Amino acid sequence: MSAGPTAAPGRFVQCLHCRKTLFAKDFLAAQKVCSYCGHHHRLTWQERVDWTFDPGSFEETDVNLVSVDPLSFPEYREKLSASEAKTGLRDSVVSGTATLEGHRLSVAIADFAFMGGSMGSVAGEKITRTLELGLERRMPSVIFCASGGARMQEGLWSLMQMGKTVGAVERCRESGVPFIAVFTDPTMAGVLASYASVADVILAEPRALVGFAGSRVSKQAQVIKAPDDFQTAEFAHRSGMVDRIVPRRELRSTLATLVRALGAALPVSEKVVA
Amino acid sequence: MAANTWKEWMQGLIELEELIEKLRQALDRESEPSEHQRIEARLKEFERRRDVVLEVITTRMGPWEEVLMARAEPRPYTLDYIELCLTDFIELSGDRRYGDDKAIVGGTAFLDGQAVVVVGHQKGRNLQERTFRNFGMAKPEGYRKAMRLFRMAEQFRLPVVTFVDTPAADPGVESESRGISEAIAESMRVMFSLTVPVVSVVIGEGGSGGAIGIAVANKVLMLEHAIYSVIPPEGCAAILWRDAKKGPEAAAALRLTAKGAHEFMLVDRLLEEPFGGAHRDPASVGETVKKAIVEEFEALSKFTPSELREQRYSRFRRMGMYETA
Ligand SMILES: [Zn+2]
Repeated sequence: MSAGPTAAPGRFVQCLHCRKTLFAKDFLAAQKVCSYCGHHHRLTWQERVDWTFDPGSFEETDVNLVSVDPLSFPEYREKLSASEAKTGLRDSVVSGTATLEGHRLSVAIADFAFMGGSMGSVAGEKITRTLELGLERRMPSVIFCASGGARMQEGLWSLMQMGKTVGAVERCRESGVPFIAVFTDPTMAGVLASYASVADVILAEPRALVGFAGSRVSKQAQVIKAPDDFQTAEFAHRSGMVDRIVPRRELRSTLATLVRALGAALPVSEKVVA
Repeated sequence: MAANTWKEWMQGLIELEELIEKLRQALDRESEPSEHQRIEARLKEFERRRDVVLEVITTRMGPWEEVLMARAEPRPYTLDYIELCLTDFIELSGDRRYGDDKAIVGGTAFLDGQAVVVVGHQKGRNLQERTFRNFGMAKPEGYRKAMRLFRMAEQFRLPVVTFVDTPAADPGVESESRGISEAIAESMRVMFSLTVPVVSVVIGEGGSGGAIGIAVANKVLMLEHAIYSVIPPEGCAAILWRDAKKGPEAAAALRLTAKGAHEFMLVDRLLEEPFGGAHRDPASVGETVKKAIVEEFEALSKFTPSELREQRYSRFRRMGMYETA
């Protein structure tokens, strides 16, 4: 998967969707949204943090969790090392706390560049801890999803993360602590079919890939012809599976307002030191 | 070259058994003593050969053979276990929203006189049945029916038994548009919310999200020749090596056997099958499964309702293999 226009921050970049040439400076100013076609390019976790939360408010937690290779799966260690070298991350999810217009949140951001954002034990654990921290400190959780699904190299361990994360969501629900999920490109399979889909509110970025089965699988299984926008955020929205499609430039304010509304009953927790 | 299906793999044994059956019938018909004796001798010889073949097959099963065995058509399915382990089953239908999914069955039943709610994936044996059951691949309405029954169990304080046996949830366009992902996730969430005891038994194929969607239990039991996997081995091979025929290699890499799952402590208990597989003696495997479920419910009866919910969460909460660098 191409890292896209971030790869070489030269003077010009090319849109991955419409192939038009853009000024790198303008492209970054538009938060990597193409000014011609509106394509929302994938972000690194750092860009997501910078463009979403109050400046300097993000404090990372569980920095040291690293994947092991429980199955001794062929080439898994090599893939982990390569992803680490490429992204500087230790796994596909970065978690922490941050403020958004002063509201302290428990947050997690998946980065697709690390093994396709796949969820193994580390990602599952970080998502679970994010939700549990929100629960414990009674602050809303906001999670940005970007994942091809469960990480097959960890086998059944990965599948169990689906259960574990949903269990944490259920505990938040029982306690009245809100959880907002943002589906970014792509939000698929084992992630979509677990914690992502049971969020209290689900936002999605325009044209993000959102679906259960890999497109090859579902195309084989098709009896009914798929609509052109099959497995996109728009399709999921039309099907009633997503609350709102939110363009990136409006995401920050939409999230802030939602947090203010859903978190209204929570004790004031601003500026709590993580 | 590995076999692709259970039938292909078992061809030799199936032929031997057909022959043995014919000899048995011939033996019954034969009244002439010397001829009777001759047939009997042949029958004994073929039975001996059958035992050798069965022994070889059963003791040399690798991960791929476990996959084929878990998928074997003659294996008992959910409705068979309901028949074998429970009494007075009343099937209940529909999700009250859209329709009734035949790939998931459920209802009320009795386990040694104790009323329970039972839910399970249902496969079909012949082409017609398979189509009717959508190959055991449930659609959103299947999981929504399951949820409805789980909630009903909570309402009437009934223990829940689930039988897991699906290649995967249905991946089609309709299922996507009705929210298959949400249905699976929400079914798990509802199971986490229950304060009645829940026991799940993986009886055949524990196929990824479609399986765990009804397997959020206090105790998860698994038959010796069942599998439990994050992805079908063929799918894994297609992604990793761009070759779906490398299923056997992927099956080994994924460690999807019951033994593997149990060693990792991701399932709580292994249930032994009759020699050669569950289908060779359904009555005895039914007895094993029933006894195990009864024992698990007995152990869980010591928990209070809220402890049951806690135990279920902590069971999943501890699942993860990672290091702190
Ligand atoms: Zn463009």
